[in-house]
Amino acid sequence: MKLIKVDHAYKVYKNGTTAIADLSVSIDKGEFVFVIGSTGCGKSTLIKMLYREEKPTKGDVIVGGINVAKLRNSKVYKLRRKLGVVFQDFKLLPKLNVYENVAFALESIGLPSDEIRPKVLKAIEAVGLKEKARNLPSELSGGEQQRVAIARAIVNDPKLLICDEPTGNLDHETSKEIMNILNDINKNLGTTIIMATHDKELVNRMKKRVLVIEQGVLASDNMKGSYKVHESLKNSN
Amino acid sequence: MKALRILIRSIRDSFKSVFRNFSLSMASIACTTVTLILVGIALFLSYNVREVTTNLEKELTIVVYLKKDTKEEEKVAIQNDLELMKSADHIVESYKLKTSEEWKAEMKKESDALESTLDYLETNPLLDSIIVKVTDVKELAPTAEKLRKYEYVSSASYGEGMIENILGIFDAISFGTVAIVVALVLVTAFLINNTIKLTIFARSEEIEIMRLVGASNTAIKLPFLFEGFILGVLGSILPIVISIYGYILLFDKSGGYVFTKIITLTKPFPFVLYVSGFLLVIGSLVGMVGSYRAVRKYLKI
Ligand SMILES: Nc1ncnc2c1ncn2[C@@H]1O[C@H](COP(=O)(O)OP(=O)(O)OP(=O)(O)O)[C@@H](O)[C@H]1O
Ligand SMILES: [Mg+2]
Repeated sequence: MKLIKVDHAYKVYKNGTTAIADLSVSIDKGEFVFVIGSTGCGKSTLIKMLYREEKPTKGDVIVGGINVAKLRNSKVYKLRRKLGVVFQDFKLLPKLNVYENVAFALESIGLPSDEIRPKVLKAIEAVGLKEKARNLPSELSGGEQQRVAIARAIVNDPKLLICDEPTGNLDHETSKEIMNILNDINKNLGTTIIMATHDKELVNRMKKRVLVIEQGVLASDNMKGSYKVHESLKNSN
Repeated sequence: MKALRILIRSIRDSFKSVFRNFSLSMASIACTTVTLILVGIALFLSYNVREVTTNLEKELTIVVYLKKDTKEEEKVAIQNDLELMKSADHIVESYKLKTSEEWKAEMKKESDALESTLDYLETNPLLDSIIVKVTDVKELAPTAEKLRKYEYVSSASYGEGMIENILGIFDAISFGTVAIVVALVLVTAFLINNTIKLTIFARSEEIEIMRLVGASNTAIKLPFLFEGFILGVLGSILPIVISIYGYILLFDKSGGYVFTKIITLTKPFPFVLYVSGFLLVIGSLVGMVGSYRAVRKYLKI
């Protein structure tokens, strides 16, 4: 079963910039997919369409059976509850501690508190932050903060985890830790993961499917690909 | 159940927000308070003035004095005309002949001095009269005018001027208070609108995250609507207390009358309760309208 089906999608911003042009791609349940490409090529735009932050100008984007292009504004929450999102800036609430930040996601969708507690504890454990559950974000390192954001993204057991440069603000070692956590989530929970990144080394090491985007167009799509494929592709052109 | 949880969470969040931005909330609450106190005063005034008006309307009487030498046929003729004004034109409510003898008897009862004076006089100096009651204040002047045209009518009077003056004053007062209240309601709605706007900006991070994790639009908007509602309700507490105690005090101190016996105050109960309910409704409505507008305008989701 395809979890994601992008079909001849275009995104033209209001100022006339074409960020995505005639892009088609399918992603299965349980896959781990990198989206790479030079800055401004349209990675974030593609990702934003997946969680309906942007609507495709033309074509279809279907995520978990929901056609994003036709999804009404008031129904966006239905899509969002099926997926989790993680960003470069962690988007944590500074006044809430780790536990509260993760619980916030479930409270926002109206889950009863007796269901919230075990889910939150499980998610915090999955990212290895059990000991720091009462810490405020300001008392955590960047890597730890990103782990909180990941815990919040997976707390409601989404089928899909979307990450836009989750390691963009982190050093090499910390990025590795984050990648291990994402890999575990993908393996152990079967969560489909889509991740946009600039980190060549990281992509090379992981040996996952790699989508290369160039100027809004899907330039290559390789199973067990790597950034090097992208570079050689560029050179051969 | 889910809806209830979201409701409870919204109310909790909005209370938190009211106290987090306390100085800002206080400005909105204070403005609501001032507005509602004036609304209360306007209500008391306009209601009691309506009482005055109805009291005055009971006095819609024209006294028509007939000249000394009026013939019997002429008395019958004018009464026939009045009958027409009553049954055909519905201008006249009722009319009644009051003879000079009846006047004399009434006056004698009034005081001993009058009695001895009237007894001393050989002939009755008083005139026969007709007491005419009209159906509406507006009919007083034209009817009196009409009656004066009869040759044998000596005078037709109804305390001209006085009633009109009183009514005019009260009209002006009512109009003035209504205008002030409308202006203040607008200012209050604007102020609450502004408070909610700032709350929305202050919580933009939270709103963004709620949206990302799949909170419904209702769940996101509700706390802000409640906040406006709470500001309105908090703003109506003082005006309600003041209007209940103030009115009861005024009623007791004045013995129920203000200036003259024509202006009678309505009994405090259940009147003050209606006013309180009305103030609460106005307060919360203004709060909700203010926050609704802010949410529509500034909460882009
Ligand atoms: N809201 C917007 N309005 C107009 N143009 C936009 C908007 N967002 C992005 N763009 C443009 O669309 C193109 C693709 O942007 P996008 O953010 O998707 O790139 P990216 O691949 O994520 O880049 P980076 O690697 O730097 O994050 C760029 O040219 C960018 O300037
Ligand atoms: Mg980007």
